[in-house]
Amino acid sequence: MTLSFGGLAALTELSFAVPRGIVKAVIGPNGAGKTTLFNLITGFLTPDRGQIIFRGEAIQGRPAYAVAMRGIARTFQLVQLFDHMTVLENVMVGRHRLTRAGLFGSILRLPAMRREEAAIEARAWEALEFVGLAGRAHQPAGFLPLGLKRLLEIARALASEPRLLLLDEPASGLDQIESDRLGEMILALRSQGLTILLVEHDMSLTMEVAEEIVVLNYGQLLAEGPPRAIQKHPEVIAAYLGSDWQG
Amino acid sequence: MNLRRRLLNPWLIFTLGVALVRLSVANDYYFTLLNIIGINTLLVVGLNLLLGYAGQISLGHAAFFGLGAYTSGILTATYGVSPWLALPAGLVVAGVAAVLVGVPALKLRGYYLAMATLGFGIIVYIVFNQAQVLTGGPSGLSGISSLSLFGFPLDSPERLFLLIWPVLGVILLLSANLVDSRLGRALRALHDSEAAAQSLGVNTSRAKLLVFVWSALYAALAGSLYAHTLKFIEPTTFNFMFSIKLVTMVVVGGMASVWGSLLGAAVLTILPELLTVFHDYEVLIFGAILMVVIIFLPRGLVRGILDLWEFRRYKKEGGTFPVS
Repeated sequence: MTLSFGGLAALTELSFAVPRGIVKAVIGPNGAGKTTLFNLITGFLTPDRGQIIFRGEAIQGRPAYAVAMRGIARTFQLVQLFDHMTVLENVMVGRHRLTRAGLFGSILRLPAMRREEAAIEARAWEALEFVGLAGRAHQPAGFLPLGLKRLLEIARALASEPRLLLLDEPASGLDQIESDRLGEMILALRSQGLTILLVEHDMSLTMEVAEEIVVLNYGQLLAEGPPRAIQKHPEVIAAYLGSDWQG
Repeated sequence: MNLRRRLLNPWLIFTLGVALVRLSVANDYYFTLLNIIGINTLLVVGLNLLLGYAGQISLGHAAFFGLGAYTSGILTATYGVSPWLALPAGLVVAGVAAVLVGVPALKLRGYYLAMATLGFGIIVYIVFNQAQVLTGGPSGLSGISSLSLFGFPLDSPERLFLLIWPVLGVILLLSANLVDSRLGRALRALHDSEAAAQSLGVNTSRAKLLVFVWSALYAALAGSLYAHTLKFIEPTTFNFMFSIKLVTMVVVGGMASVWGSLLGAAVLTILPELLTVFHDYEVLIFGAILMVVIIFLPRGLVRGILDLWEFRRYKKEGGTFPVS
């Protein structure tokens, strides 16, 4: 995969690739353009110039749902759950892209639709088990505490069996225990071969799970490489990590 | 426990309730009132799919109701077409109108649909009044024929009851199925977060258009049944005030509640009949109810109270109350 943009005020002439099966992290100070980058990839924004190539296809400028249909799932920096739906139903929406029941199949409860519905529910339970939320399946999602909301968002994204998963600051607002658990989950997904692009401020988490890191500063690529190299990169230390930062 | 759950099945209760009402009521006035409640419930369920589930506001549902009623009325009274052909014609007219209004309005986010349907409702109302050759103008359209079933004319309120309520039962069942399906979940999802729904592959504009047209079809069906029930229609029935009344019924019965639609329609159809005060201050009272419920219980009266009760159960587990 290659991701390249240019011309956008928030991101200038940025170009990098996310190889299949890799956990790649994007770091950088606030305002460096990390969330803008996510919104570009997922079709919520359109680059002025440049291309976003996913599996050999240019996807820039396509509507967000069409990008999602191709297998790019994401979470949001400010959690975006379906508050009035149950935890289970939230994850079931995640199956949308892989299922096809339409209006008439739905209202008439045709047999094919019932089978599909049962399969949706089964897969949703698996995703809930994975993040440890099965016990809360029937609660309205809006009633969950923040830490669990973040996990639910991940479960929902995973239910769509993404080819690329974008996590936008998944650890923000989590306590240490929750964030450790999140790290284990990302590592588990990594070992399953899922391609993940991650934006995260928690450095110890990022260094633990990421195989490659991209550093952004003022919308430009500052450095790119494995965590060890990034930690030693003088410009990165000066711009972002601070001189007192210890790996 | 299992038996109890089976007996508490809402569909069983609905069927038994309708049968019981049919056997115990023996007065044409009550049958007419029940038929109007049934027709209003059809309208409210449709609007609830749009407003309560998908979160899109239509202030012009009276117009779709009117298009169904006038298509049926004009075709049967003026052109002698069979009511069973006029009814689908009404659906087509309302459906096409809904597509024409919905396509541009739903591409935009926010309250464009409310504005577009408001304008549409006013235009349609003016047409009903002005197109006198077709509609009979302000003095109304009479001579609408009765529906008949297998050569058996449904010409009394009592007989119409046997058509309207079973039809309503089927529509309620289809609606409940819709809500609890892939498409229904997509609609509820885009209500809570359009961005998140899109990020999971939901084509939100298309889903909104689909439910808007679908709910207009409910209104047109209700309109046809209304025309054949009263055999006389006039424009004032389909004015802006009636659209507001429908929104109030949805809100009182409960947003996102199929059964709440029946409750809201029943309460707000019966109340004006019981209280003569209501007639003079109808607009004021409906406005006040709408305002109070929207401010304090944005998800509707019944739904809102249920939410508060549910929240108490989850509060001890450290949850937060969602901002509605």
